[in-house]
Amino acid sequence: MELTGATILLESLKKEGVDVVFGYPGGAVLDIYNELPRHEEIRHVLVRHEQGAVHAADGYARASGKVGVCLVTSGPGATNTVTGIATAYCDSIPLVVLTGQVPTPLIGNDAFQEVDIVGITRPCTKHNYLVKDITKLASTIKEAFYLARSGRPGPVLVDIPKDVQNQLCEFVYPDDIKMRSYNPTYKPNLNQLRRAVDHIMMAKRPLIFAGGGVITSNASAELGELARSLRIPVVGSLMGLGGFPGDDPLWLGMLGMHGTYAANKAVSNADVIIAAGARFDDRVTGKLSTFAPGAKIIHIDIDPTSIRKNVEVHVPVVGDCRHALAGIQEIVNTRMAEKDWQGVHGDWIRQVEEWRAAQPVTYIENGTLKPQKVVETIFELTKGEAIITTEVGQNQMWTAQFYKFRKPRTLLTSGGLGTMGYGLPAALGAQMAFPDRMVIDIAGDGSIQMNSQELMTAVCNRLPVKIVILNNGFLGMVRQWQELFYKRNYCNTCMDAQPDFVKLAEAYGASGYRVTEESQLESVLKEAFANPNTCIIDVHVEREENVYPMVPAGASLEEMLLV
Amino acid sequence: MRHLLSVLVENEPGVLSRVAGLFSGRGFNVDSLNVAPTLEEGVSLMTITTTGDDQIVEQIIKQLRKLVTVIKVVDFQDLAAVEREMALMKVYAEDSRRAEILRIADIFRCKVVDVSMNELTIEATGDHGKIEAIIALLTRFGIKEIARTGTVAMRRSMQPES
Repeated sequence: MELTGATILLESLKKEGVDVVFGYPGGAVLDIYNELPRHEEIRHVLVRHEQGAVHAADGYARASGKVGVCLVTSGPGATNTVTGIATAYCDSIPLVVLTGQVPTPLIGNDAFQEVDIVGITRPCTKHNYLVKDITKLASTIKEAFYLARSGRPGPVLVDIPKDVQNQLCEFVYPDDIKMRSYNPTYKPNLNQLRRAVDHIMMAKRPLIFAGGGVITSNASAELGELARSLRIPVVGSLMGLGGFPGDDPLWLGMLGMHGTYAANKAVSNADVIIAAGARFDDRVTGKLSTFAPGAKIIHIDIDPTSIRKNVEVHVPVVGDCRHALAGIQEIVNTRMAEKDWQGVHGDWIRQVEEWRAAQPVTYIENGTLKPQKVVETIFELTKGEAIITTEVGQNQMWTAQFYKFRKPRTLLTSGGLGTMGYGLPAALGAQMAFPDRMVIDIAGDGSIQMNSQELMTAVCNRLPVKIVILNNGFLGMVRQWQELFYKRNYCNTCMDAQPDFVKLAEAYGASGYRVTEESQLESVLKEAFANPNTCIIDVHVEREENVYPMVPAGASLEEMLLV
Repeated sequence: MRHLLSVLVENEPGVLSRVAGLFSGRGFNVDSLNVAPTLEEGVSLMTITTTGDDQIVEQIIKQLRKLVTVIKVVDFQDLAAVEREMALMKVYAEDSRRAEILRIADIFRCKVVDVSMNELTIEATGDHGKIEAIIALLTRFGIKEIARTGTVAMRRSMQPES
């Protein structure tokens, strides 16, 4: 039987197991929306801004490991997705973004609501398509999902002109897919693994550096086994948090600009670093010429371009982290008898523990309500079991430092692009994936205002996300830089003109709470967390608190400013 | 260091802009770029000349391979290869200088492809160095117009033993 393009699209989504689509209708996708009610398996979440749709699909994908899907119209609908797409691209998040396009005869004529979204998103998608031929629609959707989730995942955009949505075609969904130009390497080269193990066996001060790839490839168990069997301490990038338990004795914390003293000291003094699924971003390395000066680096990554992009690598291992770590473990297991592993790194373990004890991540308690205290309290109340999203800035760094993430896929944060306004829509997406789990957006008063319209989406979909605003009336991180590096010239970072967040919550039908004293903190958070409604908890914190440790941009990791 | 890359791509709309965008977005140099279809339907060959140190060229090659529409990338740096460029040059050639221009054209085994009272159009073919050399020699006569191709290249059948 012949089906319309709109029906073929929706049938294809069902074949891919899509159960939720985040979207916003408009002229160029009306045919798809017209068809949508007949496909009950697909739940549609109507957002209030297309950027929110992409972040929500992104949050859904990060929390669940599945591909997130969004559907928007042409022109401004499509351009509004760009920030969300770039956010997902930087953090390797699998998304399929479906955009409507003007009818094919009008393309190129500057038609109403026409933009070249394929051209616009070329540098921030893994791949993208304009489907001009109805016979290619089903196979393009198949390819889009395959590309989004395989190899190093990423967002894929499919632009579908309105006339293609109406044309008729036999629906055949391909079972299998093979692309001669795309073949990600999952299984690493065995010789490289052997070389890696040779270095690990010789190491006196080994260190594991877990990046986001550990989460993406579900390699936490393998990472944990390697660390524990050889007693190797572990540090993580922001994207790697949750990849190794934050309360494990071998865990040293996040490294880099706002990393822990112990993590940065360990990286600077290690002789072998096993980097798994990390890309040595500038926020991680600080000054490149002094990064890990004494270390041989074993770099595992599924994307060859990540290897030797920023740092010199001694053993490149191209492959999936889980396969690679399991492969390393297998070789290690045959050589376990060579050393007394519980004793051999004893001096090193003692050293890192000394660093950790000397300068733990901390803050000065002076009777005012400290933002770090808020994050600590959230951690204690949720026992580290919640899914946490963040916005970007101080709220994000304090969350990374003070919430001890124990499990993968519990921290959803815009690491690479650093997108303010990410946290609330991402929380909605995560809550859609896990309706019964606690989902909390730890926000700042600046960034929550960037996508606060999604409160309506949360309320009308009965998503009980909790938004905890660390409200300091500043764009806190920028203010911190102005304080430290621009002689306290607080130009345009004071945002004390702000809405009444409690009333804002109530205006949307959510519940609003305010905390101004530390004594209220725990009881109010408890009450809000037990409330089945969407909640904003507006916490007025110390206004000029800074995030420490801090490695100034361009400085060496050992040049940390401490509390 | 100058590198010559041979890039086999799926001949789809936008493939050129994907490659060009990669170079511009990442700040890589493109000295020349040539694209044409191959014998296989749907597959085109791009020949790109670029400059950069080893680490940059390694990134360029990896980034090209990462593009979903790129099938294969070969760096001719370590291979024996034949490379050719072509240039069409319209040179001012009044009577007194015509003989000298023709002599130079002859030495470089160029062809005269168009002629008028005061101008000669010369077709030169050769590797990059040869084209640069003849341009340098003809400049003093006055080159009125020039049109050059990028480089195309092919691996030699006999490779020196490594």
